[in-house]
Amino acid sequence: MSQALKVSLTRRYRFAASHRLYRPNFTEDQNQRIYGKCSNPYGHGHNYSLEVTVFGAVDPATGMVANLGDLDPFVEREVVHAFDHKYLNQEVSEFREKVPTAENICREIYRRLKGFPRAHLERVRLEETSNNSFEFDGEIGGRELHKP
Amino acid sequence: MIRVTRKIEFSAAHFYHNPNFSAEENRRVFGKCNNPHGHGHNYVLEVTVAGEPDPETGMVLDLKELKEILQREVGERMDHRHLNYEVPELAGQIPTCENIAQVIWRLLEPKIAKGKLDRVRLWESPDLYADCTAQSSGDGE
Repeated sequence: MSQALKVSLTRRYRFAASHRLYRPNFTEDQNQRIYGKCSNPYGHGHNYSLEVTVFGAVDPATGMVANLGDLDPFVEREVVHAFDHKYLNQEVSEFREKVPTAENICREIYRRLKGFPRAHLERVRLEETSNNSFEFDGEIGGRELHKP
Repeated sequence: MIRVTRKIEFSAAHFYHNPNFSAEENRRVFGKCNNPHGHGHNYVLEVTVAGEPDPETGMVLDLKELKEILQREVGERMDHRHLNYEVPELAGQIPTCENIAQVIWRLLEPKIAKGKLDRVRLWESPDLYADCTAQSSGDGE
C-alpha cells in the first residue's frame, strides 16, 4: 500500500507599495519611540514579495492542486491589483483603521485569499525586505481566523 | 529532531496534455504549457531528511550518500530528459510540479536508510514550487 502524500503548491507574486506606521491615538513621541523611522510623516515603501501556498488533492485529469490559470488572476485581483503602487494607509480601506505593519498586511492578504474556491489556502508568506519575512496560516492565538 | 536539506538541480523538458480532453479543452486548461513541442525548466530539488544526529558521527545521515541517492534516483532519471517520454514513473501522468514531486518522494522514500524523508520541495522556477510531505491524520481531504 502506498503512503498517502500531501501536496501543496507555492506561487510568488510581487507588489510595491508605500505605508506609514503611525497610530493617531499615540502621541508623536510614542509613535516615534515605537515605530521609529517607519513613522516618518510622508511614508516610505517596499518591494513586497508574497508567497501563497495552497494544498489539496491533485486532480488526476490535470496533475494539479490548483491551476495557475485560476490562482494567478484570483491573487492578482484580490491582492496585487489592490496593493501594487498604492499608499496602503489611504488606498486600502482596511488600513485606514489598522496599522499596515507586515504582520497586519499578511493577515489581510490571508483574509482576502481564504475564499479561493479551487484549493485550500495553507499559508501566506510576505517578505517586506530580503531581511524580514512574515508568515500567517490563519491561526490567531490558536484560533482559526473565520472566513469573511 | 534535526532536519537536513540537500539540493540538486536538473533540467528537463515537458508539456501538459490530457488525451481525454479535446484540443480546445487542452488549450484552455493548460494554456501555453500545452504546446506539443514542449518546453523546459531548470528544476531545483530540495530534499529534507529528519532525524536525530548519530552520537558517534554527529550526523543525521551522510550528506555525500544522500547526494549520491539524489543523483542516482533523480538526476540520472530526469536530467536532460523529456519528462513526458523518458521517465517511466511519470507515464500516464501530466508532468506537473505536483506529480513530479510525488514521483520523487516515492523514489527516494525507500532509499533513505538513516533518518526519515520529511519533505520534497521541487522548484520549477524561482516563483513556483510544490511541496510533498507524508499526510498526517489531521490533513484529511
